[in-house]
Amino acid sequence: MNEAYIWMSILIAAGVSLLVRTLPLTLIRKQIQNPFLKSFLFYVPYVTLAVMTFPAMIEAAKNPVAGIAALAVGTVAAWLNAGLFPVAVLTCLTVFAANWLTQTV
Amino acid sequence: MRRVILRGLRDGFPIGLGYFAVAFSLGITARGAGLTPLQGWIASFLNHASAGEYALYSMIAANAAFWELAAVIFVTNMRYLLMSAALSQRMGSDERFGRRMLTGFCITDEIFGLGIAWPGTLNCFYLWTAFLLADVMWASGTLAGIVAGNVLPGNVVTALSVAIYGMFLAIIIPPARKNRVVAALVPISFLCSFGAARLLPALSEGTRTVILTVVISAAAALLFPVQDEQAGGVKA
Repeated sequence: MNEAYIWMSILIAAGVSLLVRTLPLTLIRKQIQNPFLKSFLFYVPYVTLAVMTFPAMIEAAKNPVAGIAALAVGTVAAWLNAGLFPVAVLTCLTVFAANWLTQTV
Repeated sequence: MRRVILRGLRDGFPIGLGYFAVAFSLGITARGAGLTPLQGWIASFLNHASAGEYALYSMIAANAAFWELAAVIFVTNMRYLLMSAALSQRMGSDERFGRRMLTGFCITDEIFGLGIAWPGTLNCFYLWTAFLLADVMWASGTLAGIVAGNVLPGNVVTALSVAIYGMFLAIIIPPARKNRVVAALVPISFLCSFGAARLLPALSEGTRTVILTVVISAAAALLFPVQDEQAGGVKA
């Protein structure tokens, strides 16, 4: 594995991911007026984050019970407007506790 | 300005903690592919995408051709096209090219989430600050993974790895309280994602995310077009 090949690969990956991230932001400069596109872009963030959360969260927890418990705790905390950091900490603690309990019991 | 930057640091730090843990395990993959700690830090700082970087290190390990690498990186990062388009609607129309480029560079799943949670027109400095802190922690996590391998106990890494999903919940649930369509879309997206993962396991996670996002959002846009005052974002 030569040094130049690795550096070149890193640069190519960085270039492609930069293009993907910046093209729409630099090309779409105005507020879109078309009602369909406008509505589509309004819904995109929530749908994409939801799709990425489940079932990936359950898999990340390594244990379905821990994963579902964390999803439930996180949803309730977020519903109560707990904020990013508290919700994140609560989900981590839930997984830690649930995994610890299921392993010891 | 100072308050905006402090808020960026405050919101970027928990993201960075989650990143450190995820990047640490990515660093173990990078070490397997033969990257030095410096290469790992730079690769992570510039790419900052877990699936994309996993693909990068696997391609390096497989000695893949550059065009193959470019194609795989494009596909694994395609969801950022959608996020970038969505963020373009949150930026002031007078923002210049350089500031748009920099904001685009900052897009990750979580930083995008912060941008969407920001009420009204996006404040670039807030996003840049949160990103810079989180990305340095991400790159450092990769470096630590390359240098140190397995130091953190496995159960701690597992617990930390759900932090990111907790943050996603904190971003999507509060708007669901205020908007009934969003409230319906969250569980529908969960179920579709679960179904697609089961029925089409060959589909990579990145591709699945792109297809489901386009289909579900398009259906919602057709059935429930948003009113003007909503389109600027649900106010937090």
